[in-house]
Amino acid sequence: MAEALMNHIDPEAIVLGVDTDSREAVIRLLAGKLKDAGYVKDSFADAVLAREATMPTGLPLGHAVNVAVPHTDPEHVLKPGIALATLKKPVTFANMEDPDEAVEVGLVFLMALNDKDRQIEMLQEIMATIQSKEAISGLMQASSLDDVAAVLK
Amino acid sequence: MSKKTVLFACGTGIATSTVVANAVTEAMKERGITIDSRQCKATEVRSELNGVDLIVSTTQLPSDLGVPSIVTLAFLTGMGKAEALDKIEAELRK
Repeated sequence: MAEALMNHIDPEAIVLGVDTDSREAVIRLLAGKLKDAGYVKDSFADAVLAREATMPTGLPLGHAVNVAVPHTDPEHVLKPGIALATLKKPVTFANMEDPDEAVEVGLVFLMALNDKDRQIEMLQEIMATIQSKEAISGLMQASSLDDVAAVLK
Repeated sequence: MSKKTVLFACGTGIATSTVVANAVTEAMKERGITIDSRQCKATEVRSELNGVDLIVSTTQLPSDLGVPSIVTLAFLTGMGKAEALDKIEAELRK
């Protein structure tokens, strides 16, 4: 189902057990990883945060762990890729469907997107992954890259 | 039934709307409805409404668009998918 999601997530951009109180810190941490690995421009982090403030990306899943999929406009992106963070304790994002509603998020996929046609597979795999309770709990329990790869393979 | 034009909107017009457009187009095909899908940013829907039968968005839309619209995360989270598809089908068969 989530067969090749691991192919789109840069191993350098996976951070497990992040301990922070703010979504900004998580986004900046992951954006920095994508920047260092050559996926995005300097402007990416600020652009994602600005977008998150007006068009949030928190997705309530109806079970223990909710997910956020922050991203922004293609002009801040060099090539497509995904960064992943699991959080030690949830941070607050706003609901994509209703910006006035808070969503406590434990799993963050920061997406660098710049080509609508080529991203379909990547996006569908993220959505298939977050629709699987087993995959989410597997990711939340992961303590190594091998654990993550085992869930997403 | 003739082809229906559905405008899929999201924050960037390239991310979640792509997933939703694919899911809805496939599902409607199975229900005998052919969809001509377009995509745009939620903030730009007003200028993209020409010939549009329905708007499906993952994020809040401007008000008073004069075109039926459905805002749903069902195609991202999987929750309430069947209901959302029924609602879309009903709207397109009007």
